[in-house]
Amino acid sequence: MPRKLPEYNASSLADIAFMLLIFFLVTTTMDTDLGISTQLPPPVPPQQNDDDQKIKERNVFVVLINKNDQLLVEGKLMQIGDLKEAAKEFIENPNRSEELPEFKVKEVEFFGEVEVSKQVISLQNDRGTSYGLYIQVQNELVKAYNELRDELSLRKFGKPYEELDSDRQAAVRVIYPKSISEAEPKNYGGGS
Amino acid sequence: MGKFRKDDGKEVPAINTSALPDIVFMLLFFFMVSTTMKEVTLKVKMTIPGATEVKKLEKKSLVSYIYIGEPQRQFAKMFGTEPRIQLNDAFANVSDIADYIEAERAKRDEAEVPLMTTSLKVDENTKMGIVTDVKQELRRVSALKINYSTKKVVKE
Repeated sequence: MPRKLPEYNASSLADIAFMLLIFFLVTTTMDTDLGISTQLPPPVPPQQNDDDQKIKERNVFVVLINKNDQLLVEGKLMQIGDLKEAAKEFIENPNRSEELPEFKVKEVEFFGEVEVSKQVISLQNDRGTSYGLYIQVQNELVKAYNELRDELSLRKFGKPYEELDSDRQAAVRVIYPKSISEAEPKNYGGGS
Repeated sequence: MGKFRKDDGKEVPAINTSALPDIVFMLLFFFMVSTTMKEVTLKVKMTIPGATEVKKLEKKSLVSYIYIGEPQRQFAKMFGTEPRIQLNDAFANVSDIADYIEAERAKRDEAEVPLMTTSLKVDENTKMGIVTDVKQELRRVSALKINYSTKKVVKE
């Protein structure tokens, strides 16, 4: 008859495992990277001038930020809190005003023929602008687009944009395309 | 009623703890797998701005980071207090970005190169000048997908 092996004492195994566990608990940073994603425009060939594609003035929403972190929106001084509403009104042009952007009729899936605004938001900043404000402005502009998309998708599909499937999201994106253009860097107001 | 008998001096049996290591190991493996060790030590001061319209960065393995901010105090003597760029573990100039992006691309599969994103982690008090320079440089090397790293702020 084989002799019984003596059982070894496993009670300290838990202690060792706990030690490792606590080490990983402490060193873990579960930071998910969050941020505002954008696409930079492709590099311009040096011989090409930028006046080959002229956009009508009424279609452009000009946002300037100077080195003192002041906003000039369409020629008027503005506070950051008002920017989103102004941008939304510009993009939507609810009263089909002559001053605000034109529309062109486009065939969009799920929607049929829709008037799509030819809007472009032009964002220009000085070299002396603070990054914090720049991000705030970007955030407000992105928010304007996101809210318009949400409103449209709630009207049409009864649920917010984020919950739509990718085809419907793409259709909504065709109607409200995010077109924030950043000008070639220039110096405004003598910032360094 | 015999249901609530008085404890007649019986010893409380010891709890069997042999399953405890298993549970702890389970937790341990979870943390080991989900942990991402920090790749770089920050050499610049960093207060990331907040925003509401944030999106998650999708594939972490395809992200390269550029840090911009004032050098931390122990480096201030050598590098001054003007905002500087940090790539990997060292301070760098705008002209080094092209090499950095090239090196990052070489590490990845060729098919994944168009999906690569550059995450800009910039201190909120930095002036846009240096950020614009970096952006122009990124455009020059056609690293066009960028992400301004922000914190999620809940407001309104």
